Amino acid sequence: MATITLKPFKTPELIIECNNITPDAFAGKTPAEIAELEIFEGKVREKLGDFFSVTGSSGNTAAETDILIDGDCSRVKYLGSKMTVGTITVNGNADMYVGGWMKGGKIHVKGNVDSFCGIAMEGGEIEVDGNAGNYVGCAYRGDWRGMRGGTIHIHGSAGNDIGTFMLGGTIIIDKNAFIHVSTHAEGGTVVIKGDVEGRVGGQMVKGDIYVFGNVQYMLPGFKEIDRVQKEIAGESATFRHYIGDLGERHPKSKGKEIYANLYVKASA
Amino acid sequence: MAEILIKNGFVIDPSRKINGDVMDIAIKDDKIVDKVGSGAKVIDAKGKVVMAGAVDVHAHVAGPKVNAGRLMRPEDKLFKSPDAQEHYRMEMGFSIPSTFKTGYDYARMGYAFVMEAAMPPLHSPHVHEEIHDTPIIDEAALPVFANNWFVMEYLKNNEIENAAAYVAWIINATKGYGIKLVNPGGTAAWAWGLNCLGINDPVPYYDITPAEIITGLIKTNEYLGLPHSVHIHQNSLGDPGNYTVTLDSLKLAEGVKAKNKFGRDTVMHSTHIQFHSYGGDSWANFESKAKEVMDYVNSQKNITVDLGCVTLDETTTMTADGPFEHHLNNLNHLKWANVDVELETAAGVVPYVYDKNIKVCGIQWAIGLELGLYAKDPMRTFITTDHPNAGPFIRYPRIIKWLMSQKAREATLASFKYTDKVIDATNIHGIDRELTLYEVAQMTRNGPAKSLGLSHMYGGLGAGLDANVGVFNLDPKNMPSDPEMIEKALLRAAWFIKSGQIVVKDGEITNHGNKRTVWVNAKVKENPQVMRDINEKFLKNYTVAIGNYPVWDSLAPNPLVIDIDVEA
Ligand SMILES: [Zn+2]
Ligand SMILES: [Zn+2]
Repeated sequence: MATITLKPFKTPELIIECNNITPDAFAGKTPAEIAELEIFEGKVREKLGDFFSVTGSSGNTAAETDILIDGDCSRVKYLGSKMTVGTITVNGNADMYVGGWMKGGKIHVKGNVDSFCGIAMEGGEIEVDGNAGNYVGCAYRGDWRGMRGGTIHIHGSAGNDIGTFMLGGTIIIDKNAFIHVSTHAEGGTVVIKGDVEGRVGGQMVKGDIYVFGNVQYMLPGFKEIDRVQKEIAGESATFRHYIGDLGERHPKSKGKEIYANLYVKASA
Repeated sequence: MAEILIKNGFVIDPSRKINGDVMDIAIKDDKIVDKVGSGAKVIDAKGKVVMAGAVDVHAHVAGPKVNAGRLMRPEDKLFKSPDAQEHYRMEMGFSIPSTFKTGYDYARMGYAFVMEAAMPPLHSPHVHEEIHDTPIIDEAALPVFANNWFVMEYLKNNEIENAAAYVAWIINATKGYGIKLVNPGGTAAWAWGLNCLGINDPVPYYDITPAEIITGLIKTNEYLGLPHSVHIHQNSLGDPGNYTVTLDSLKLAEGVKAKNKFGRDTVMHSTHIQFHSYGGDSWANFESKAKEVMDYVNSQKNITVDLGCVTLDETTTMTADGPFEHHLNNLNHLKWANVDVELETAAGVVPYVYDKNIKVCGIQWAIGLELGLYAKDPMRTFITTDHPNAGPFIRYPRIIKWLMSQKAREATLASFKYTDKVIDATNIHGIDRELTLYEVAQMTRNGPAKSLGLSHMYGGLGAGLDANVGVFNLDPKNMPSDPEMIEKALLRAAWFIKSGQIVVKDGEITNHGNKRTVWVNAKVKENPQVMRDINEKFLKNYTVAIGNYPVWDSLAPNPLVIDIDVEA
């Protein structure tokens, strides 16, 4: 394995868009070549080297390439966009669209991430030590194809619209979430270890949601059917099992309708 | 402007029966001429094919439903929009491109004229604003009439003269080009959640049938002597077994003679015929009836069709056939927009994915191509995708590739998940016809220009015609063995000259051209009864006043007006 280290040295005037910070784009390039890669500041084409010092070496392939960003990326969007393999580690915060459309590999952000983390993700792993903004693992605006695979693990809290139009994969939020979880989802699993305010599973067709804390306002489209013992995200508990959203269409399998499942941890 | 000489190209011009002869094409200002002086700019077309600017007879490129599609589908732009370019406007979108991308992409393919196929009269100002915003290509728009209260009232009493006076008033007010019919009677029925699936189903609450609307509007069209024939999207679009409805409607043109001064000898254009050539009675036994439909079209000299080929893309459907879009939304559960346009029409928009791994989509793909391959008269069969309904217009070169190469068709067919089932339900596998570039030029240039009554300006390279000339990297005497090269060459012209200006060089836009809006100014005898009816309905039923209705001249600042005078 080989590591390329990027060190931000200049705060951009506008937020910069760095779709090119991926192991796929860096593999087989020298630091000087990497510094020449194109990024956008607004509509202006700039170079990666205008904002980051580039040291170390990249691997021959993306799989052999680790990227370390040693500093704050609060004004850097699209880190790891569409990456397929390799790793990115950020010693700080990152802006919107971390790991968007990601197919494989791993991204670890040691600070917070802004919104749209893991948007339309297909595979791989995103780990965030801090909090996430809104739209974790959601679909692109207007699209009906959200997250399909992979794992997003947020160790802090997240905002609203988690897993919108989700089709597969897993999202784990260790603390709390605000509103709109798995809206329109047709698959996948969302686990919230803390509390959620409400609108959980609205227009959900298929898929699973686990909430270990409280759902302050339950949607009327969910009906409690039984209590089950389940193990998820390394914890075992007894859950109240709801099915829904009863107001939405549902596919049939062997003559029976398939519903989405919402599991809320039963209080003692 | 100045003089241009396109030298030594292989010229294909069916309007003068020229098939690949090495010739020069001379241009002076905005017209093709016999010769130019020694100072003319010379374009070397040696080894390349030279054809007239192409003419698209049917596409949805401007107006409220196109814009509704853009608004409801931001994802249509994602990763499908090139980065900003110096000197030219941002281009966005794939199936519903921005106005600028629309103009640029048509020009890159060497298109000179595009017909916006469905203009809701009430929203004609919006249609013209977008047409005005679309660079380079000349455009016209067809107002829709077949579900209009006035039209149904006049035609149910067989008052052709009154219908003609009303149609003329609308064409003038909307700066329209001709008479479009969409799901005659069915869209009016949709206001009550109903539809007309056969041409003899009475239109609820109106006491008329689709057949009577179609026949009446054909008569109205020929009474007025409009440049184009009636242009019809038939009833029962997209339903298994609908080919019998299609044949019934086409038969309504039997024996009718064209009456006009534009060289048009047809009286009905039946659009996106692919969607109307379906057999079976469910999606399970869905099959091609392309042969049955095309055999009839071949036998009738007074009808034209366009194909509406499915291109196997993710696209956006949009039509004034409101009930059809509702039906489609129930099939695919994606997004749906629906609107009622007062006394006139309705519309719907639904995204659609033509997936090559779905059997029905594969059969639809085959039907579109079969129709093109069964066509005996390429002057009456035009290449379209009903853009964006069956696929985006930038796939025309791909359709031409499939029509010109059995190898390309077989390769696509073999890539399907259900190849054998598609072969069972269609005839595509057995067809070895490969169209020639001459036939393609008839289907995309000379033929549509004639059907639109525009062959005095477009579709040919004779002296006096508009100087719209495309030069493509294809050698008709030595066509490439790799069919992909056909698509590549036709997607990006080596040169395209529009109205005497070089607008494309090496596949890239070089000039914003001299875009024109083409419309018909129809003069009819004063008709006090119709004017009274119009005034009364504006007072009683419309949400706008009559003075706010017509399209301002400023929205068509570079007009090309075609005058017709019924009394003359
Ligand atoms: Zn149509
Ligand atoms: Zn259409």
